[in-house]
Amino acid sequence: MDLILVNLIDGLVTGLLLFMLSAGLTLIFSMMGVLNFAHASFYMLGAYFAYSISLALGFWMGLLLAPLIVGVAGAMVERYGLRRVHQYGHVPELIFTFGLALLIEELVQFVWGKNHVPYNAPEILEFTAFAIAGNSIPAYKIFMIFISIGIFVGLLYILTKTRVGMIIQAALSYPRTVEALGHNVPLIFMGVFGVGTALAGVAGVIAGPVLSTFPGMGFVLGPIVFVAIVIGGLGSLWGALVASLLIGWMTTFAKSYNIEMENILNGIGIATPDNMDDNLFRDFWSLTSPQIADILPYVLMVLILIVRPAGLFGKRTQ
Amino acid sequence: MKNITKLGAVSALSLIIGASAAFAENIKIAFIDPLSGPFASTGTNGLHQFEFSADYQINQNGGVLGGTMFEVVGFDNKISPKESLIQLQVAIDQGIRFIVQGNSSGVANALTEAVDKHNRRNPDSRVLFLNYAAVDPALTNDKCNFWHFRFDAHADMKMDAITDSIAEDEGIKNVYVIGQDYSFGKAVADAAVKYLGEKRPDITMVGNELHPIGKVNDFTPYSRKIVNAGTDAVITGNWGADMLGLGKSIIENGYTGPIYTYYAAGSGITAAFGESGKGSIRLVGEGQVNPAPSEEARAYYNAFKAKYPDGNIDQTRISNTIGMLAAAIEEAGTADDVVAVANALSGMEYETIWGGKILMRESDHQAIQDLHIFEHTNEGIEFPYDNSEYGVRVIKTIPMASANIETTCQMKVPS
Repeated sequence: MDLILVNLIDGLVTGLLLFMLSAGLTLIFSMMGVLNFAHASFYMLGAYFAYSISLALGFWMGLLLAPLIVGVAGAMVERYGLRRVHQYGHVPELIFTFGLALLIEELVQFVWGKNHVPYNAPEILEFTAFAIAGNSIPAYKIFMIFISIGIFVGLLYILTKTRVGMIIQAALSYPRTVEALGHNVPLIFMGVFGVGTALAGVAGVIAGPVLSTFPGMGFVLGPIVFVAIVIGGLGSLWGALVASLLIGWMTTFAKSYNIEMENILNGIGIATPDNMDDNLFRDFWSLTSPQIADILPYVLMVLILIVRPAGLFGKRTQ
Repeated sequence: MKNITKLGAVSALSLIIGASAAFAENIKIAFIDPLSGPFASTGTNGLHQFEFSADYQINQNGGVLGGTMFEVVGFDNKISPKESLIQLQVAIDQGIRFIVQGNSSGVANALTEAVDKHNRRNPDSRVLFLNYAAVDPALTNDKCNFWHFRFDAHADMKMDAITDSIAEDEGIKNVYVIGQDYSFGKAVADAAVKYLGEKRPDITMVGNELHPIGKVNDFTPYSRKIVNAGTDAVITGNWGADMLGLGKSIIENGYTGPIYTYYAAGSGITAAFGESGKGSIRLVGEGQVNPAPSEEARAYYNAFKAKYPDGNIDQTRISNTIGMLAAAIEEAGTADDVVAVANALSGMEYETIWGGKILMRESDHQAIQDLHIFEHTNEGIEFPYDNSEYGVRVIKTIPMASANIETTCQMKVPS
């Protein structure tokens, strides 16, 4: 029971971190209509900028400044890159973001080197917040939870309760109508792209110290973010939240409990073959859940796409 | 027109031949390892250590055979076995007789097979394969051949040393083995179970599991299990981001015991562990750096740092490889007849500046040498890694470790 609670907290941290990336990505998707392959690269940039700033000005200035820099960089990419490519259609946009992802990764290796960088949590947060049955929960994790929830609540408030949010929502769905009403839609798009990448930047800043900062960090997390927004439904903020939490908890529980494939198969009425050694499916029978935990979200994505192609909360069907 | 082209081609060709003839005195060593892509830092660091060693140990002391210099030539194999075979052919075509490689046993397996085949078919252009880091035991067992020499201890020998250290500690009752889900991770786990079962049957394996390689973002759930199992010692073969992620997460979540591992130093990992890894991270390896084993070693390291301020000497066996090759060439009196050089290397005893001696075992061409257990710390560190204050210091030495380890190698010595 205690362990379940600990796993719930761990899964929440993973899920919320994922949400900060998928929230921005899903907003950008509603706007552009294509996936931004470079999204996880902005997450990586956030971590690296914060690392450099933290060397000079400390962690907290990094937390404040790095997302701003990433956001401005993102806005510039939209203004001077994507907007030009946009007129040629979706495929060039997709290729552009893909190329951008490769470019950023090379750039990071060029500037900061190919090794891990020693980016660590601030000392003030290096203590155990509380312990559940001998499992310590680091204070930094609690801090991550609060930051992410704060961002979610703030984002939700701005999008649904303020005038700016209404215009953004309208511009995302009916850009031409909103433009006809006299609003500057390209500016809104630039803003959304900037905020979306800044969110990824925040995720990078707070994830860098726990998940380690290295040139492959975007590559490791990138695919799972796409999975999250596909499961949640492209363009849906709530969907992104639910899917991210779902993935967080699913992987955490799968890693925590050694569920064996043999037990599952026996449970659904398939008997274990007598001679396992020369059985064709030997590897399949001996699978355990921690081995495949990080692949489960992809399985879920395939299932969702079969059953509900628009995703859990998605409105569009394409 | 055609004639002019021909003439141009011929004269260009003769120029190339002339140019290569001018450099022909150098003994060239082909370094085939990743110099681009995700493992480029490991490969580049290795190349620097080879270049430095050839220059500092050999060329500055007048070379070998009365004035012939060593020259290390880098070939990028992008850590792919297929690409490595192409680069091997390029190296052979350039007249290079000595191949060094180390990153990835998959590549080493492909190379050793290709070298064996090439040497059988082309007795005039035979090459030697000096393996400085690929640790798959098979390379000096089932897949051994006369042309392959390994200067690092293989995975089972290292596990033998790790389990020696664990067996000595009476306080350790519960051991947890975790690794990456591929051949090396599995080999480490199997060796750990085997050796611990022999040395300390009373130890319980409270966990033995594999995780996907390079795909895990957050190791927290694994760490929880490790802590909850009442673990006294963790053994892992993880490397790169998986090592750092796992190690950091285990320590962060309240584990205080030792983490025994193979690859948790240098390449930024030492700096990234920093204070948190102190007292936990223990590594197995050859070649003592802290405390400096000899004045020569100290001078060697300082000279290296002067040339590569951002580099680490995390593979002392590289200088042994160069040193032993030079000694073998001197003994054979030739660098062109690789059979003579191989015969000189086989069974060679070599005093290393890193402490102790190295025996290149005749039966399987596996180097037998002192193995050490290091700890990650900032105390008593003369030569830290990654420009941090942290480094690895010897806490236990196993002289001539696993000297009698069995081998299934049946070597065919060419007549």
